[in-house]
Amino acid sequence: MYAIEAKGLVKQFDGFRAVDGVDLKIPEGSIFGILGPNGAGKTTMLRTLLGIIDPDAGTRTLLGADRPISQSRNVGYLPEERGLYQSMRAVDTIAFMGALRGLSLREGARKGRALLEEAGLGYAADRQIRQLSKGMAQTVQLMGTIVHDPRLIVLDEPFSGLDALNQAKLEKMIRAQAAKGVTVIFSTHVIAHAERLCERIAIIAKGKISFDGLVSEARDRLRPQVHLETETLDGPWRSALPAQAKAEGHHWHFTLPETGVEPLLTALVKGKAGIRSLSIERPGLHDAFVAIAGEDVAAEMDGAAMGDAK
Amino acid sequence: MSETFRAAFVIARRDFIAIVYSKAFIFFLLGPLFPVLAGFAAGNLGEQMARDVSRPFVAVALTQADSEKLLAARASLSKTFGDGYFADMKIVGDGAAEQIRPQEYLNKKADNFSVVVTGTLAKPIITGTASSIEGQRADIELLAGYASSGGRVQLPKATPDVVAESANNDKQLRTITGQIGQALIFFLTLLLAGMVLSNLVEEKSNKIIEILAASIPMESVFLGKLVAMLAMALVGITMWSIIGLIGFMAIDPDLPSIPTPAVGWPTFAALCFTYFIMAYMMFGALFLGIGAMASTVREVQTVSTPLTMAQMVIFFFAAFALTKTGEPIEIFAAVFPFSSPFAMIGRAALEPALWHHGVAIIGQLLFALLLLRLGVYLFKKNVLKSGNAGREEDGGKRKFWGLMKISR
Repeated sequence: MYAIEAKGLVKQFDGFRAVDGVDLKIPEGSIFGILGPNGAGKTTMLRTLLGIIDPDAGTRTLLGADRPISQSRNVGYLPEERGLYQSMRAVDTIAFMGALRGLSLREGARKGRALLEEAGLGYAADRQIRQLSKGMAQTVQLMGTIVHDPRLIVLDEPFSGLDALNQAKLEKMIRAQAAKGVTVIFSTHVIAHAERLCERIAIIAKGKISFDGLVSEARDRLRPQVHLETETLDGPWRSALPAQAKAEGHHWHFTLPETGVEPLLTALVKGKAGIRSLSIERPGLHDAFVAIAGEDVAAEMDGAAMGDAK
Repeated sequence: MSETFRAAFVIARRDFIAIVYSKAFIFFLLGPLFPVLAGFAAGNLGEQMARDVSRPFVAVALTQADSEKLLAARASLSKTFGDGYFADMKIVGDGAAEQIRPQEYLNKKADNFSVVVTGTLAKPIITGTASSIEGQRADIELLAGYASSGGRVQLPKATPDVVAESANNDKQLRTITGQIGQALIFFLTLLLAGMVLSNLVEEKSNKIIEILAASIPMESVFLGKLVAMLAMALVGITMWSIIGLIGFMAIDPDLPSIPTPAVGWPTFAALCFTYFIMAYMMFGALFLGIGAMASTVREVQTVSTPLTMAQMVIFFFAAFALTKTGEPIEIFAAVFPFSSPFAMIGRAALEPALWHHGVAIIGQLLFALLLLRLGVYLFKKNVLKSGNAGREEDGGKRKFWGLMKISR
């Protein structure tokens, strides 16, 4: 069963294809990250998948329904552009957001208070949104996203604008929801978040999906990197190293040959290389991203992430 | 469908509470007081000015005896004609004892005489400008004749036999009722529709619109907002009606008599209410749709004047059509959705048939729903775009109501 299934999805504005033929399957119960630089089409794709805007071509189903709005009660959505009614009290805001998704106001208020207490913000429940700090207001909005116990939570750039402490709290919340079997989808341009949280990711650039699968599959697209330090600088063992191995004195860096670790080790020992140290590193998601999306897209992502950090 | 109404209720309740509990609502309630006060002040001022500036004053310079008879005749006939009917008169000289030069009296600015009466009661001479003489001649002749006869002219006392209506002038009188109904609907619609125009700007500037759009059908958002404004209006109307009624009772317990409409007062009142709601729903749906395209209050203000003018044109068109019952222009006004509520309330005043009101109300309701759907369609098509996607080539410009590129 897929939480979201899209085929050939296209959305264009004034002739510009913001989403360009997206095929996507997101299994239920997973934490799914959508990675891409700013302007890649992440938000438009999410809006199209959630039925906020209609696609120009293609099909999509949300929790098995062709009309995404019909699944509204089972979905929680935190948009990238945060916004709340400034004169509303925090607890009323959560109750209102729950009411939009079918919860009664009374039940929404009760659960809202409980959620705020849980987050250590119980004292602010009766304060107006305009009296809260930005971080607190964002937390209130997040509570409003989950107050009705949705089956699917969609978070658009949820980490943007949060300090390290609140980012950690958000990660904890995402994991807690996933542990309950809730599907969590979030978009981000910070690879580290996806790497820490997600089982599956999709990489999007210029409106197209260039990868969709397990994080491990993305990483496996690159061969592991070998870092070797030897006693000797030359000998018969050198023939076991690939031609493109980089040498820095007694240090050698190269991609693990297709043949694997054992033949390499045997050749190094038999050839009396004198191994001082040997490490084999699995590539990170960032390296995989560079390999899949290209260096220019990765540079854009890094630039945006740096901007966020500032 | 039930989900659409449930969600619309959630929006309506939020908006209604937000509006009614805001300080601005006090100003809304006080709103009609300002034109009333302004009208009252202007009316008093105008009356005072009219009294001071253009009140005619007649200088009487007959013989002393004749002058006194003339003034006595004025006093006597004023009982029949009313106090303000005849111009004030003042004896300025004795025609028998002195040489009267009327021009001298007319030249005195302080006395402000419009005419001077000399000669005799049998043959009075009126001196003044042509228009002043025209204004006073008949009155002076009547008073002189009455005074000459020594008050012997007997005016028969007619017995009043009052009836509520007269077939002769039914249509003319009921037209007035229709016009009052039209004006009432127009005033209320004008007041509210303008407010609806800027209704979605808060959600857009607060970025809440996306949460709403993701959670409930946009039709519910639009409908909820219209209903909230309507509920707020009904609170206002109820309060204004009660205060107005108390005010009328305090000033003059005899309420002004308005000709009974052809459909009768209860039906007319119900139709007035229904057509107000229909007019509000149609204009509201249109204005909400247009306002939803605007990103800023400035853009809302830009379109508000032409829309208000368009509303006024429609009202004047319907008011004009009211006098052309059964003619093509009146039929067109009744069929054209935007003028239909105004034209139909006019018909309710003039014609007793009810079936065409049912047809008109259904038509207006369907048209309002059509406008609502159209507004939602345009909103979804033009408004919810992400960040700068696709705008880099245009230097970050966006399209103003999808028509022309403007800087963000």
